[in-house]
Amino acid sequence: MSVMTPDPPSKGRIDVDNFALSYDTLEGPVEAVCNASIHVNPGEFVSIVGPSGCGKSTLLNAVAGFLKPTKGGVTVDGEAVDGPGADRGMVFQQYSLFPWKTVKGNVEFGLKMKHLDKSSRDRAARTLLGLAGLTAFENKYPDSLSGGMKQRVGIVRALATGPKVLLLDEPFGALDAQTRVIMQQILTNMWQRLKISVLFVTHDIDEAIFLSDRVYCMTARPGAIKAEITIPLERPRHQSMMMSSEFLGLRRGLMSLIREESIKAMGGELNDLALDGLSIDLHGQSLADVL
Amino acid sequence: MESIALRREQQTAAEPATGAEPSYAPTVQSQGGAPPQFALYLRRWLALNRSGLRAVLIGAISLALFLLAWHLLTEYRVVFFVRFTNVPSPSAVYESLTRAMHDSTFFMHVILSCRRILFGFSLAALIAVPLGLVMGRFRLAHEILFPITEVLRPIPAIAWVPMAIMLWPTNEQSIIYITFLGSFFPILVNTLHGMSLVDPVLVRAAQCLGAREMSIFREVYFPASLPHIFTGLTVGMGVAWVSLIAAEMISGQFGIGYFTWEAYSLVQYADIALGMICIGVLGLGSSALIRGFGRLVMPWSRT
Repeated sequence: MSVMTPDPPSKGRIDVDNFALSYDTLEGPVEAVCNASIHVNPGEFVSIVGPSGCGKSTLLNAVAGFLKPTKGGVTVDGEAVDGPGADRGMVFQQYSLFPWKTVKGNVEFGLKMKHLDKSSRDRAARTLLGLAGLTAFENKYPDSLSGGMKQRVGIVRALATGPKVLLLDEPFGALDAQTRVIMQQILTNMWQRLKISVLFVTHDIDEAIFLSDRVYCMTARPGAIKAEITIPLERPRHQSMMMSSEFLGLRRGLMSLIREESIKAMGGELNDLALDGLSIDLHGQSLADVL
Repeated sequence: MESIALRREQQTAAEPATGAEPSYAPTVQSQGGAPPQFALYLRRWLALNRSGLRAVLIGAISLALFLLAWHLLTEYRVVFFVRFTNVPSPSAVYESLTRAMHDSTFFMHVILSCRRILFGFSLAALIAVPLGLVMGRFRLAHEILFPITEVLRPIPAIAWVPMAIMLWPTNEQSIIYITFLGSFFPILVNTLHGMSLVDPVLVRAAQCLGAREMSIFREVYFPASLPHIFTGLTVGMGVAWVSLIAAEMISGQFGIGYFTWEAYSLVQYADIALGMICIGVLGLGSSALIRGFGRLVMPWSRT
């Protein structure tokens, strides 16, 4: 099975250098992202976190090839990204399965685009679905699947073409907390088996720490890289690690970084003094703490 | 599909406990033989299909009442602003139907109308659907063609009759042309609407999987628009019949519309109602055909 043999971790390097993206409005150009640089080493799991609207999805979409940078460059293995392609698999938050195709049909789609013949497509799809524990559902239509199952199909579909990198845009954002934890475990397992580079966008700090080797934290719009944090937690990772002091320390650090930016994103610095005249009982805490 | 089946199963399981009276369920279990099993099955089936059965029953009663009202109004030749003096009674229409059943000309009228629908509607579908897909995908095509279609669209197909007679060498061709025009615009407009609603995320997903323009068109835009295309086809079929009957009444020599109009001219009042009912049944049947075809090609949609 060629699609499942892990690439030697020499492939799948993502370089985003001095990336800037602005769009034109009547008031003039508005910067969405300015001067952001991120790098993903071959086989590395990297997350981008940041307040909503900070442009983390914009960065991911630029790597996918849907957006062209205004300044700077995006390369994958040294090749400039020019439009979307099958070498960069993408998983979307809204599942984005083709409702008119069965689970197997969805997984086969990329291989069909590669002009693989029917029997080898069939074989590849069945193998992948078997690995993801979806064999029983291969002939079901997406509408009859649960959210978690849909996203599993989405990930399998993105991996079927044997991409160099996997891009995930808040893939578990629409799932309930329990399902999300299971999906994180599944994704980790798949990543470890395939040794594929992953660029993962999320606003969930726990998720980012639990999954990643490194986490980039972005500033509020216009988005830039505020910090880069290496996650030294050993692998394989388990749910129990999320209670460890090491994890909680990382969480606290990232949390405060993001909160600063979230407050900025919500409309500038909040002024505690302005609230003094008001009779709001904050239980002795400052507003920033309450928020 | 599956989830509905599952839900039904759950309902079935819950039925003896909730629906049936508590004293009944244990006796069934203790007997356990084939007849009580069947009785239980029947009870469950009735419980599950209650609303469907109810609709059928009420529908049948409603139709029967309609027939009764029709019968009474014509029997007593009621004149209450509306005059039922010359309106044929249901029994007269039934007689007329039995007579028509042994008459090959009646069938000829029906078959000719069906053939005109088949040609006119098929042509409309074969042109309007691809045109709608292209206009929906390529801005330039939309910008060029949309103004023309918007100007022509509000013109009722019947208003085209004189022009059609001038345009086409034979009567038959002009009638087919009228039918074509009637169904063309609903199909085009609905196809365009379907194209405008295609989820851009699906297009991006296809691009990420290596799909090029032609494949995206075939594998994403077309199937995503299919539900709306079928809405267009159903509406188009209805308008095709409207246009056909009007055209046949004005300029036809054969066809069920002509039959109906001729019956009026020849004072065959029962035949007027027969022609109307026949048109109704044909329209209903052709719409059902399209819906059935739609379900066949869109197995993923639940409705």
